[in-house]
Amino acid sequence: MKIAIPTDDQSMESNVCQSFGRTPYFMIFDTKSKETIFLDNSAAASQGGAGIKAAQTIVDSRVSVLITPRCGENAAEVIKAANIKMYKSINDSILNNFIAFSEGKLSPLEEIHPGFHGSEGK
Amino acid sequence: MRIAVLSGKGGTGKTLVAVNLAAVAEEAGYIDCDVEEPNGYLFFKPEHVRTEKVCIKIPLVDEKLCNGCRKCVDFCKFNALAYIKKLMVFDEVCHSCGGCMLLCPTKALKEKDKIIGEVQRGISDKVAVITGILNTGEASGVPIIKKLLKSGDEDAKLTFIDCPPGSACIVMESIKDADYCILVAEPTLFGVHNLNMVYELVKLFKKPLGVVLNKCLEGENPAEEFCREKGIKILGRISFDKGLGMVNANALIAAREDIKYRELFSFLLATVTEEVRDETVINP
Repeated sequence: MKIAIPTDDQSMESNVCQSFGRTPYFMIFDTKSKETIFLDNSAAASQGGAGIKAAQTIVDSRVSVLITPRCGENAAEVIKAANIKMYKSINDSILNNFIAFSEGKLSPLEEIHPGFHGSEGK
Repeated sequence: MRIAVLSGKGGTGKTLVAVNLAAVAEEAGYIDCDVEEPNGYLFFKPEHVRTEKVCIKIPLVDEKLCNGCRKCVDFCKFNALAYIKKLMVFDEVCHSCGGCMLLCPTKALKEKDKIIGEVQRGISDKVAVITGILNTGEASGVPIIKKLLKSGDEDAKLTFIDCPPGSACIVMESIKDADYCILVAEPTLFGVHNLNMVYELVKLFKKPLGVVLNKCLEGENPAEEFCREKGIKILGRISFDKGLGMVNANALIAAREDIKYRELFSFLLATVTEEVRDETVINP
């Protein structure tokens, strides 16, 4: 199983990025091989539709779980279409988020915000 | 003759200038291209308003024909497409460029109409008032502006184009076919920064231009200095005037309310028409 999480930096000590669509990196952890990779989020600089593109990247990486502080409605539509489960991150390092997830302490992400649609990054 | 009124930021007085110039010109046209927040109609209160919907073409997927190659997804600069087991189209993110439909190797993408707003045409005294309204949440007002400028009265009479603020695509679309540009500026350093933005844009489009200095106070005016430095024609000055602000805040047309303002804008109109005439003589 692969788990994805938006991160501010390419390190396990980094914080979770507050934006899903415009995060600079995604960390992807493979629970089977114990391999960790950091993926550049090519959607970060998009003029619009960043969430959609970032979600496509996540789906294409064959992720089954996404841990994120929040998610916009367009991105959520893509994530849901691929049956990826979304969990709400805790305000802590990536490492501690993984630990919390493996201990079943993260709650499913339920509130989906309507998106910023052009109001960000202008 | 089409005269565009623009500024680098909102609230400098574009609508004040455009509405009042059209009002004193009497048999004139007023086109509100600020489709995200049109407000000229609040002043004109046009009658006999006819409404026409504006549509754009967005892609419609024929899932039987789609082979999942994802060429369209990779192509879309606006990220309006995603492919998860089937093609997903995000209508409100689509900018209607049509690229995906051209590119699809299996012709699985067809056009469908989507209403994004409307154009309203009415009359206020002798002024033809045309307003563009973009529905909330839509990506771009450009298709509405295209419709607005096509529907404008083509006869020789003066038409004033009230532009959106700033210097983005919708402003470029609004001034593209203008014969002359009036730049409205505030007497502050911030005002100069914004004035410079539109000045650069109008120069890029090689349009003749002049500046109206609004909210003028006693003492130094950085916008005036900027004009002097760049050799830009100053068409007129409107003083910082609480009375004018009050008339405007009550959605009244100053030039129709008070002879004092009527004279101010008539004088400005005369200067502008003279400038436009000179320009057409020099650059026919």
